Amino acid sequence: MKSYLASRFVIDRNQDRCIHCRVCVRQCGFDVHSYDVEEDEIVSSESRCVGCHRCVLFCPTGALTVRSNPLSYRANANWHPEAIEDVLKQAETGGVLLTGMGNDKPYRIYWDHLVLNASQVTNPPIDPLREPMELKTFLGAKPERVEIDPATGALVTPMPPQVAIEVPILFSAMSFGSISLQVQESLARAAGQAGTLFNTGEGGLHRSLYRHADHAVVQVASGRFGVDAGYLEAGRMVEIKIGQGAKPGIGGHLPGEKVSVEVAATRMIPPGTDALSPAPHHDIYSIEDLAQLIFALKEATGYTKPVGVKIAAVHNVAAIASGIVRAGADYIAIDGLRGSTGAAPKVMRDHVGIPIELALAAVDTRLRQEGIRHRVSIIAAGGIRCSADVLKAIALGADAVYVATAALVALGCHLCQMCYTGKCSWGIATQNPYLSRRVNPDIGARRLTNLLRGWSHEIQEMLGGMGVNALESLRGNRLHLRAVGLNEHEMRVLGVRPAGE
Amino acid sequence: MAELVLEMADTLELDARGMYYRELNARLRNCVDRGNCGRVVIRNVCGQRYIGTGLRRRVCIEVEGTPGNDLGAFMDGPSIIVRGNAQDACGNTLNSGEVIVHGRAGDVVGYSMRGGRVLIRDDVGYRAGIHMKECGGQRPRLVIGGTAQPFLGEYMAGGVILVLGLTMPAGQRHRADFIGTGMHGGVIYLRGQVEAWQLGREVGTAEPDAADWREVEELVRAYVACFGGDAREILAGPFTKLFPLYLRPYGNLYAY
Repeated sequence: MKSYLASRFVIDRNQDRCIHCRVCVRQCGFDVHSYDVEEDEIVSSESRCVGCHRCVLFCPTGALTVRSNPLSYRANANWHPEAIEDVLKQAETGGVLLTGMGNDKPYRIYWDHLVLNASQVTNPPIDPLREPMELKTFLGAKPERVEIDPATGALVTPMPPQVAIEVPILFSAMSFGSISLQVQESLARAAGQAGTLFNTGEGGLHRSLYRHADHAVVQVASGRFGVDAGYLEAGRMVEIKIGQGAKPGIGGHLPGEKVSVEVAATRMIPPGTDALSPAPHHDIYSIEDLAQLIFALKEATGYTKPVGVKIAAVHNVAAIASGIVRAGADYIAIDGLRGSTGAAPKVMRDHVGIPIELALAAVDTRLRQEGIRHRVSIIAAGGIRCSADVLKAIALGADAVYVATAALVALGCHLCQMCYTGKCSWGIATQNPYLSRRVNPDIGARRLTNLLRGWSHEIQEMLGGMGVNALESLRGNRLHLRAVGLNEHEMRVLGVRPAGE
Repeated sequence: MAELVLEMADTLELDARGMYYRELNARLRNCVDRGNCGRVVIRNVCGQRYIGTGLRRRVCIEVEGTPGNDLGAFMDGPSIIVRGNAQDACGNTLNSGEVIVHGRAGDVVGYSMRGGRVLIRDDVGYRAGIHMKECGGQRPRLVIGGTAQPFLGEYMAGGVILVLGLTMPAGQRHRADFIGTGMHGGVIYLRGQVEAWQLGREVGTAEPDAADWREVEELVRAYVACFGGDAREILAGPFTKLFPLYLRPYGNLYAY
């Protein structure tokens, strides 16, 4: 069938600069560039270009420019180009449109309408270069009250299992299968070096990464891939995956072609078969059933580590979170509308769920009202782009945040959103060894620890500016936030006052 | 309060009467981890959950009474014999070892099990064997003496389910429908009648071949060894083999 879809990108090759070295041919995972031996010429099939800029950045002479195809449809605010092109693609394939990474639609980004406070005169700022600034965070349920033996000063109250992290930023769930082993190893090593955790996602833990298991959140999802007693014992925390922000309410299908021998061994399935994670856990149809799985995992791990639950931010998130606390979870991870994915139906990614800022504030408020906020830690996920977003999330009530997109961008991701194809030219979302070896875990871990170090310094600077010397003092302290350009309803949900008030 | 009542050379006994599951399982784990006992008998079990969950040593656990949900979840090695009925999610994500139930079992028996075997003397509830899978040399086996509720073998990705239909009056068809919905690996053998409309769209049917018969025979003999009965009579069938039509049932769902 003749495709009516135009190329998304135009590739300009400056022939004066091109030295026919064929770097672009080798670098492109999508086979855009090819070398014509007879003509001694490099030709580019623009229709395959995804705009990831790998060739542009690796061209030694800077001969390449990739820009959007200026296909000029007749102006139409309703039938915008994406709507037209989606219809064409479905008319040609009859399939569910897939996409990767997070929601790219212009929903309001509340982080950009919240501003932080700083001290002036009456409450002096603190200089983080001179004074100790505490970013350490303890994840896990906290007791109602703490009793200390006055004679010995020892803690009498039994403490539920706690996990200390040095920065309030964890790497979010990304499975081996959706990303390459080199990327997961980069995340694991960086987590170890920075004193935080990475998350296995629902694909199990590769045997070579068990040495990093003390920094791993091990996920248990509906397909139970890679889950056995050893995996649960190895991880630092156990996370039940109920949902994810990019595709609330549906499961995951890892196509057979991505199930390489190593992915298969890690997921504990035969190579080449589809890894299907059903939408629900079939042993969970209620809060009571969730409690059953939480305590099955606590039994299996001897009550030695926090067991958390990850959900997508949806309309009734506050009530759901309340149920999760009462089911016995030690932490709740909430993944918002802009959370990323290796593959999701586009319609789910772009239209289902609510923004993390509103979900987080609603959950924190609800749990406080019910007097159960101390019984869980909250990890906010889905759309954290910088250290200011981290701090705003903590002021809205998060104990820590999960980042995934930011981590992948640190490793080279240019958000072309084609993860689901497995052809990632940056070697991130692929199982093709020719591509995946582009990420060197030594360098990858360094890029990630650099990012965390930079963000930590910025967080300390911002905290110091507020006159606060410990993250704990900011946690859930919404008086440190003000809203700019939000309506009353939004401010009520967020629990923040307008700037100037 | 229940106590550890008797300690023999190789067998330990626990009395679970009135005991909360957490204490019972802590005691059981303690017995098993001590490593010097080959057999633990738990008497007066009444709904306690998670018995055997996460245990990783080869030991025989005999349960007298009715164990609660998630019996033997994530288990890796032990053998559990239940003298009574089992409730939901028995053998959940079983890695190796076995669960033998002298009675019936509830919903999602053997959810996601990837090794070992589960034998249920009578009927089972909904979604038995859902998401069973195999890996390397591991091939899980689930034997159901009676019949099953709908969604038997849903999303099945590996292993063997054998349903014997022994609890049903002659000539009556199996109860389950949507059998093998989403199935993309493994095999189900059904003894007795089943209509085409009871099967999931992803399932094909065939007569068992020689290799199938060897497998069925081995499992029937195992069943008879546990629960009694006449293997020859059971093997007289008739048996239907259910297999996945597609290894990638949803491969055409997406536009790339």
